[in-house]
Amino acid sequence: MYKYDEYDQRTVDERVTQFADQTARYLAGELSDDEYRPLRRQNGLYIQRHAPMLRIAIPYGNLCPAQLRMLGHIARTYDRGYGHFSTRQNVQFNWPNLEDVPEILGLLATVQMHAIQTSGNCIRNVTADPFAGVAADEHIDPRPWCEIVRQWSTSHPEFSFLPRKFKIAINGAAQDRAIIRVHDIGLDLVRGTDGDTGFRVLVGGGLGRTPIIGEEISPFVPWQQILNYCEAILRVYNLHGRRDNLHKARIKILVKSLGVAEFARQVDAEFVHTRDGLSTLTQAEIDRVADRFNDPVLPELPAEDAGYAAQLAANKAFANWVKRNVRAHKAPGYVSVVLSLKKIGAAPGDISADQFDAVADLADQYAFGEVRSTHEQNLVLASVRQADLFALWETARSLGLATPNIGLLTDMIVCPGADFCALANARSIPIAHAIQDRFDDLDYLHDIGEIELNISGCMNACAHHHVGHIGVLGVDKSGEEWYQVMLGGDQGNQAVLGKVIGPSFAAADLPDVISTLINTYLDCRHEEERFIDTVHRVGIESFKTRVYVERDARLEGRKRPDAPNH
Amino acid sequence: MPQIIKNGRIQGDEWKVLRGVGNDAAATMAVPAGRVIVPLAVWQAQRPQLASSAEAGMLGVWLTGDTDLAALADDLMALPLIAVDFPRFTDGRGYSIATQLRTRYGYAGELRAIGDVLCDQFSFMIRCGFSTLQPCEERYNRVQIDAALTRPGDFSGPFPRNRRGTR
Ligand code: SF4
Repeated sequence: MYKYDEYDQRTVDERVTQFADQTARYLAGELSDDEYRPLRRQNGLYIQRHAPMLRIAIPYGNLCPAQLRMLGHIARTYDRGYGHFSTRQNVQFNWPNLEDVPEILGLLATVQMHAIQTSGNCIRNVTADPFAGVAADEHIDPRPWCEIVRQWSTSHPEFSFLPRKFKIAINGAAQDRAIIRVHDIGLDLVRGTDGDTGFRVLVGGGLGRTPIIGEEISPFVPWQQILNYCEAILRVYNLHGRRDNLHKARIKILVKSLGVAEFARQVDAEFVHTRDGLSTLTQAEIDRVADRFNDPVLPELPAEDAGYAAQLAANKAFANWVKRNVRAHKAPGYVSVVLSLKKIGAAPGDISADQFDAVADLADQYAFGEVRSTHEQNLVLASVRQADLFALWETARSLGLATPNIGLLTDMIVCPGADFCALANARSIPIAHAIQDRFDDLDYLHDIGEIELNISGCMNACAHHHVGHIGVLGVDKSGEEWYQVMLGGDQGNQAVLGKVIGPSFAAADLPDVISTLINTYLDCRHEEERFIDTVHRVGIESFKTRVYVERDARLEGRKRPDAPNH
Repeated sequence: MPQIIKNGRIQGDEWKVLRGVGNDAAATMAVPAGRVIVPLAVWQAQRPQLASSAEAGMLGVWLTGDTDLAALADDLMALPLIAVDFPRFTDGRGYSIATQLRTRYGYAGELRAIGDVLCDQFSFMIRCGFSTLQPCEERYNRVQIDAALTRPGDFSGPFPRNRRGTR
């Protein structure tokens, strides 16, 4: 992964000193709450339900063992022994003391980590495909471009007080795994007619209160100009985005109100002046960044390992895990492995201090030290020999990291919800647990097959519920927790927003509602048809009708206490 | 006398900022003698009377975040001083206005940040091209401003120009 140069290190070190000073002035009463708020947010610090929450950046999801061990140390020393992977590939600690945060940031800086711009109305941590650099379907590696965007956006003087937060994602593979269409700017790496690298640029996507799928504003921006072009977009947004209403301040609202054509016209008018400007990239700069990635040299291997094939044939549990949790790698004889942070009974995305250390050991032993976090809140070991898989699986299993459920119903994306988050309308973790309990039979889960269930505790949509095949949203009904259910959303190249199926449900009803949706699918599906494809083929109507008929029947049953129990 | 920061040093300042009311009053608002920074609307409404003072280097104009620079830039370039108002420090439009004045229109005169100007944003302002910072009056004492000027700023300049040593 990328190794800091002196300049990167100095930038991060100075931010630590600066933030320590700001916090000291705040604690001394020299800075007001209002003045301190954006400063702490731009260093990842929220004030939450129980304590401050510190969000640490994992730039485009790349992690090395030393960093994991440091996260484990922080979890153990300053938190209650665990951390949480967010849906933006970052890691969050829920229990640090405000006074300790400068010290934590200092420790992070020693392993080339920081919390810069993980919150606040600025350009946030850039996200990407967790399989970047190793995916079999990748045409251009997005990581150097992500790193360039990280360096460019860090403390950008013009764009540190935008109307609202701003998220950029970059994809370089045939299948988009970075959901670029729901980002403020989505960059799709493409080749021009002469084979030159460039970017298809999407703008104005986002979830939250007003979910919108981003639209293309340029089919091809040459790589030399991409930062100049982004500056043009950001400048139009910074000057004209709404600042009077927090809920209408994202760029998507500006794009929508102007219309994408007019927005593009304004960007082009600005780009006339920023083109060839100070942020023009040169080959030397790209090389400087790309060279610091130091990718491991993978020894050449035969495409199929005989021992591995035998283990697959002999051990069904191992084969199941491989089927669900292992992905194709561009190099013959290698695979990528997804470590599940979705063990039944655990909060999705949570990881203990010991697991941090253990994943670091696994990465050292089996994965050339390359770990990635995913927006689905799991971890990826990027490059593993087929021949090592069985041993890796056995160890991961003993650590509770080998639940063979990637892409299945229990691999839910779940935000922290009201258990931790001050903005929440409702809890999301107990809902996840109730659904995990209902669907704890692995054979049944495998039979249901691929399905994405996303649960957000409020309309900020941190769990991306709009693009879940099933989306659950916590709503507040006169002080009570209720849940709206959406159906038919999807991420990836065909990203589409789900539709609300009808009136919301009480928490106790949700496992039954999910069961009805699954049963409807099982009754309607064609052979080999995934849940989402069935939903799109038959339409949400029949799902919806059955959900409410069965719900009403249950209510009716509860009203008559002497009704037969079944 | 208000304190300002110019070229990294604290100094006294002779300019008076004339805060406007609504647009209606722009034509009749009295502009005091001496060095004055007037609202854009006053400059536009009283230009014939104010032109000589501008030429003498005694008149500046302050802009709000919604100023349409494209329509005005030619008119403003000859002024000795342009100020940009930050109504709240979290309103970042002023950074883009300053950047445009410097990079797109090539404004070379004094560019001053006024309004809710706080020391934790000094470095952003300077990096966007402001030459003078006028902190909110009475917000800071001398010791605090001195401390702000010696504190490490954001080392990181906008990429990639920072790497070329052109910060
Ligand atoms: S979706 Fe809402 S409740 Fe969940 S983490 Fe985001 S802000 Fe908090």
